Amino acid sequence: MASAGEANVSVSHVEKKEKKQTPARYWKEPRGEKDGNDHEEDGGKTLHQEEPRPQTTKKRKQDESPAVGKKFISGKSDPFPGQAPIPEDRVQKFKRKDKTKKHRRQHYKLKAMITCSEEVSEMAQKQAAKFDLLLPEDAGFLEGEEEEDTCLISQEDIADAVDITAGAKYFNLKLSQFGPYRLDYSRTGRHLLLGGRRGHVACVDWLSKQLMCEINVMETVNDVKWLHSEAMYAVAQKKWLYIYDSNGIELHCIRKFNDVLRMQYLPYHFLLATASAKSFLQYLDVSVGKEVAAICTKTGRLDVMCQNPHNAIIHLGHPNGTVTLWSPNQKEALVKMLCHQGAVRSVTVDKSGIYMVTSGMDKKLKVYDIRALKPLKSYFLPAGASCLSLSHRGLLSAATGDIVQVYKDVWSTAATKPYMAHRTRGAVWGLHFCPFEDVLGVGHGDGFTSMLVPGAGEPNFDGLDANPYRSAKQRQEWEVKALLEKIQPELITLDPNELGQVDRATFEQRHKDRVEALGYDPLAQKRFIPKYKKKGRSSAGSIERRKKQVAHEDQRDIIRQTVEDKVKMEKQRNEREKKKAVLNSSRAALDRFKK
Amino acid sequence: SVLPTRHPTMQRGVTEALCTHMAGEANASPLSIPSFSYQMKVKVLSRNPDDYVRETKLDIQRVPRNYDPTLHPFELSREYTRALNATKLERVFAKPFLASLDGHRDGVNCMAKHTKSLSTFLSGSCDGEVAIMWNLTKHECVRTLQAHEGFVRGMVVRYCGTSFFTVGDDKTIKQWKMEAPGYGEEEEPLNTILGKTVFTGLDHHWQEGVFATCGQQVDIWDEQRSSPIRSFTWGVESFSSIRFNPVETEILASCASDRSIVLYDMRESAPLKKVIMTMRSNTLCWNPMEAYYFTCSNEDYNLYTYDMRYLDQPVTVHMDHVSAVLDVDYSPTGREFVSASFDKTIRIFPKDVGHSREVYHTKRMQHVICVKWSSDNKYVLSGSDEMNIRLWKAYAAEKLGVLAPRERQAINYNQKLKEKFQHHPQIRRISHHRHLPKSIYHQTKELRIMKEARRRKERNVRKHSRPGTVPVVSEKEKHVVTVVK
Repeated sequence: MASAGEANVSVSHVEKKEKKQTPARYWKEPRGEKDGNDHEEDGGKTLHQEEPRPQTTKKRKQDESPAVGKKFISGKSDPFPGQAPIPEDRVQKFKRKDKTKKHRRQHYKLKAMITCSEEVSEMAQKQAAKFDLLLPEDAGFLEGEEEEDTCLISQEDIADAVDITAGAKYFNLKLSQFGPYRLDYSRTGRHLLLGGRRGHVACVDWLSKQLMCEINVMETVNDVKWLHSEAMYAVAQKKWLYIYDSNGIELHCIRKFNDVLRMQYLPYHFLLATASAKSFLQYLDVSVGKEVAAICTKTGRLDVMCQNPHNAIIHLGHPNGTVTLWSPNQKEALVKMLCHQGAVRSVTVDKSGIYMVTSGMDKKLKVYDIRALKPLKSYFLPAGASCLSLSHRGLLSAATGDIVQVYKDVWSTAATKPYMAHRTRGAVWGLHFCPFEDVLGVGHGDGFTSMLVPGAGEPNFDGLDANPYRSAKQRQEWEVKALLEKIQPELITLDPNELGQVDRATFEQRHKDRVEALGYDPLAQKRFIPKYKKKGRSSAGSIERRKKQVAHEDQRDIIRQTVEDKVKMEKQRNEREKKKAVLNSSRAALDRFKK
Repeated sequence: SVLPTRHPTMQRGVTEALCTHMAGEANASPLSIPSFSYQMKVKVLSRNPDDYVRETKLDIQRVPRNYDPTLHPFELSREYTRALNATKLERVFAKPFLASLDGHRDGVNCMAKHTKSLSTFLSGSCDGEVAIMWNLTKHECVRTLQAHEGFVRGMVVRYCGTSFFTVGDDKTIKQWKMEAPGYGEEEEPLNTILGKTVFTGLDHHWQEGVFATCGQQVDIWDEQRSSPIRSFTWGVESFSSIRFNPVETEILASCASDRSIVLYDMRESAPLKKVIMTMRSNTLCWNPMEAYYFTCSNEDYNLYTYDMRYLDQPVTVHMDHVSAVLDVDYSPTGREFVSASFDKTIRIFPKDVGHSREVYHTKRMQHVICVKWSSDNKYVLSGSDEMNIRLWKAYAAEKLGVLAPRERQAINYNQKLKEKFQHHPQIRRISHHRHLPKSIYHQTKELRIMKEARRRKERNVRKHSRPGTVPVVSEKEKHVVTVVK
């Protein structure tokens, strides 16, 4: 091999340098059987292979300098040349949209603008992906022995196995007096709101187990919900909707909202959506206290409700097995889909807004893709699921009677066994994953259970969005910022990115709008009305004659134009053919000798 | 009340098994403790609050970020809301008027920027006799002097900033020292040249001791001589304004009263070429960055940006004024220019856009005769008929003074947002809304109607004549009569 000679040459050269020993680096091979310079030579070879070069054994200097990439003055080479690689899947995670296709006839300015903005967004994407590598926390997990099912591992064992602070997150509250409990976690996951059916309402800082307030409203409580922060919460009582503050003081009694059964809070819109027994879906703007919309759904009692966190659409489940999608801007349902044979018992939507999980009286649990409105998976649960809840990382919890089951990967693979299971003291009434924690809150007939579900919560929160460790000052600042960027209810649509798309209204549509705005059609042809002429020239016959003269003028124009075009095309084609014929018939140089 | 509940079927055989404790311990990983025998591996999220809360009150708060898009829903709607808020706030804070400098005893006829000092500013008035130097930071007059009898027609500061030139109706060119005369000294010009005719404009070379005047003809003067080194005429005409090109410093452009704009090369004996338009141009200004472009203010209410190389049609026609445009000046960045008009407003145009982005007016401002854009790109000065010079912000909503880094960042972010959503109807409506005096508002409307009527008539004429006899003439071509070389 030619490189052998090369190696000899360079060995003798580098040997001199070798006297000053460089400290051993972990990326270099241990210097035992092989010399450091041999190793470098290898690296050089691989580079040589990439760009085949004529063998130049004569010129030594030229060989050395570009061999191992860029060299420093000290003679060392960069062990990690170039930019640090970014994993492809992470970059993909931050991808907002595909590259726009460049049209050939686009204006050069527009082209440049698009290229520039794409470059910027690509850079942002890469930076975000790089930052993603540095996130401090990892998600939780639970793995059993090879043949052991994780669902057989009891809560006590998990609580024993993990550290004390995490273990303390498994606890039971025995509250048997005021009967089955609904619950809600605040957006930061710090605060827990419990509402007993028989009027007991309590809010707890559940991590420190500090009771913030505890009241009995002396009325049936249908549902409880935190509003934008932990300072206020809404309680749907027997007749009206009430708002309390965190000290248990009644702030408002909203009589416009009666017989509320279920509530959902849309945090970015500051809207409280309520579903009532009288089949009304109402939206309350909690920042100004105004009713934004009241929609009569005409579908009977509404006690199944959830929101799509991706686009703030409200999903309602109905006794006839349909699930309907609602926005405050439309009096009719956006989508009506028949999901179950029997009544729908519970609905939930995942964080990315792609999957909807429903359970019905037909004891089935179904997974739908709500972008395509198509069923993906269908499971049969012998007892049927009464409550459903999805966690940040996509774990599904389903309550069947008094057993809470947690499933993993419901939509990607066919789940056969639950990931975890736990039996509570009474029938489950409310189910909620705690945001940013591996905790599932279960409200049941006998109180409240906080379950440990490893791998449920998003490990890394965003401090500017929902920070569990925020101080009072930070909360105040966040509140002002959040109120400033309150999204108007008009912007609630099925596709939240519709605002960023080019409105390609067709010409007809625009024209129609214009006609509507103006009250007449500006492009319409005026009807020809013949002038009135005297001396008997405006007799009915002559008017008709004059009309006839004009009648087809416009059409004639068009016809004339098309005929002209046709003639032109014909001419061009003839010319082209003539040229071709000339080319074909043109004699070659030697043809002149033919006879 | 905390009772552990347990399902009987879920009882595990080995409950006293050893388990690895992983959560919360940074150094413990299942691989590093191989000697443990375990049944399950479990990790539950357990954050150490010390990592998320600041240590002392003197620290700044810790804000961990996670840019995962699923944690930030509705990003587009929220950005839109922010952009809308930013646009509204911009209109709230748009207070462009800063100060009025009074002291002249007649209308301000000409102004000049100091070439070296930002705070110094010169102005000359109509009743003539006065040229005033202003200190802009203090809003006060520093020095006045008796320059001419009659109008001060033009003034310009020498490129070095040590002296300035004035021309007046008394047919003289005078050179003055920038410093005030010492105690007991007479206020006297350094140099006085008596010309044959009245001078109407003046400009100084950007690098050499040469200046040019215009009047009956265009003269090039050497500072050392009392007679012009070169004179240009092209037909019988009088000139209203002359400007040296800031980059190709030997080239000049001037506006003539026979509706033409003439280009000269100082090194040649004859003018280069001229373009004749339908109406007379009043003044012109070269773009300081792309110096082959110049903009002229025209009597027909429009401004025209020309490319010096292709004079047969303007690059852009800037329309919005409702009366004759009297003066124009470019920003030092060359991206925008300001124009002064007889309709009592000044307008700011982006250099390649046909309509103005900003209009400034006050109740008391009369016909604006001259306007200048300050060299730090922050202020606009306008001199008007009613003896005042007004100081405006070039960007109406800009905050003056030193900005904190976070403030700067927020402003940049909002700027980008406004740019991103500028075409959304609600945002565009707010950002384009300007209050106009009633007269100008109605006149604009009237002009629009007239224009529409003209267009309609032309369309009808075209429709009813032989095809090809009435060609479509674009707005750019309409105003150019011919180019002469």
